[in-house]
Amino acid sequence: MIENRYNKISTLEDALTHINDGTTVMFGGFGGIGSPPALIDGLLEKNVKDLTLIGNDTGFPNIGIGKLVSRGHAKKCIVSHIGSNPVAGQLMTDGKMEIEFSPQGTLAERIRAGGVGLGGILVDVGIDNEIVSNGKQIIPVDGTNYLLEKPLTADISILFAKKADPFGNLVYDKSARNMNPLVAMAGKFTIAEVEEIVPLGELDPEEIVTPGIYVDMIIKSRGVNWKWVWE
Amino acid sequence: MGMGVDVRNRIAKRAAQEVKDGMIVNLGIGIPSLVPNHLPEGINVMIHAENGILGIGPSPEKGSEDENICNAAGYPVTTVTGSSYFDSSIAFGMIRRGYIDITILGSLQVSEKGDLANWIVPGKRVPGMGGAMELAQKAKKVIVLMNHVDKHGNSKIVKECSLPLTSKSCVNLIITDMAVIEVKEDGLHLLEVMTPFTIEDVIKNTSAELKWDETISQLT
Repeated sequence: MIENRYNKISTLEDALTHINDGTTVMFGGFGGIGSPPALIDGLLEKNVKDLTLIGNDTGFPNIGIGKLVSRGHAKKCIVSHIGSNPVAGQLMTDGKMEIEFSPQGTLAERIRAGGVGLGGILVDVGIDNEIVSNGKQIIPVDGTNYLLEKPLTADISILFAKKADPFGNLVYDKSARNMNPLVAMAGKFTIAEVEEIVPLGELDPEEIVTPGIYVDMIIKSRGVNWKWVWE
Repeated sequence: MGMGVDVRNRIAKRAAQEVKDGMIVNLGIGIPSLVPNHLPEGINVMIHAENGILGIGPSPEKGSEDENICNAAGYPVTTVTGSSYFDSSIAFGMIRRGYIDITILGSLQVSEKGDLANWIVPGKRVPGMGGAMELAQKAKKVIVLMNHVDKHGNSKIVKECSLPLTSKSCVNLIITDMAVIEVKEDGLHLLEVMTPFTIEDVIKNTSAELKWDETISQLT
């Protein structure tokens, strides 16, 4: 039995009490890879409505955060891409869900900015694109113009990691890292679903990707339960 | 898009010739993903993926896929010796800072100024830009691989893009099923024509002005 010294190790049921109708939820994952399966299924079962979801993309209809999106649980998504989830496109076209697009790297930096206490970032990606630059303040720095892109934070961040120790130090699994370390920092309350919980001291401090200060709750995963597109 | 495997491979093979030893390369989905199959053996190239991998290798054998080693399209890949994993902010930091030597991507339209339109078909498909804007705007060289004409027979190489732009004046080279065209300051230069097409075929199917000289070659 792993000692719960920081009182962060908890249950799925407890985790779900933090997410209710209208909650802004930031999620880790890229095309579903690195998204937390038990938390997503829990939210489906709890039947929460009107979520605002912030993350890389809307997954696939039955993979990752896409399971919530395609079943109509979100009122708004702030993402870089919805192409792999045609249901998301349909909901947007029908006016049933709002989508705010950010270029992927800009989105990552906006989440990071929120997570590290910055007031925004200056970026020139999309500056000559009306859809991206629309309404944003332009700030010249030493002769180059940049868009002011605002930081993103969320009520709750949900992550998927490979291992956690009781303080919430995290390591990820290969390309399942993606947005997770950024999302971890930007939530007011961050829940990490992990494949394995190990005793304090077992993770090499040199290898920890997300320091436990960013993690408020740890729950044990039952693993990915969806079928990947290539399977 | 209704293009035979042979044609897709020929386009990918031609694109592979642009990749030199020591380069960092980012590949889009579709035909660009075939480029690694045509790289010469032993070439030192690190393939970058937006989801946080530098050093993508060939596709895994069926049955030995790792769900956590995928490319940006969500399909399993392998990694080469010397590869690394990182988060999305680092993946895009590499792009934004100009470390990508070549990005090879698909497109809906390219203008004679090198404007790229590959992210929206108004009223039909709005998939979002993903990482295309960073790649198009910041990679040292942008190569577009696409059909020369759309399914209605309209040229995808145009004077002005009618579709919303991904990025302005960013494309350097266009490789299609009919031709290889370089985008320069003074316009589009036809470099190579793909067999069985002729220069006349290419001109007829391109709704932008093309320049060429006697060095033009025929690709079989």
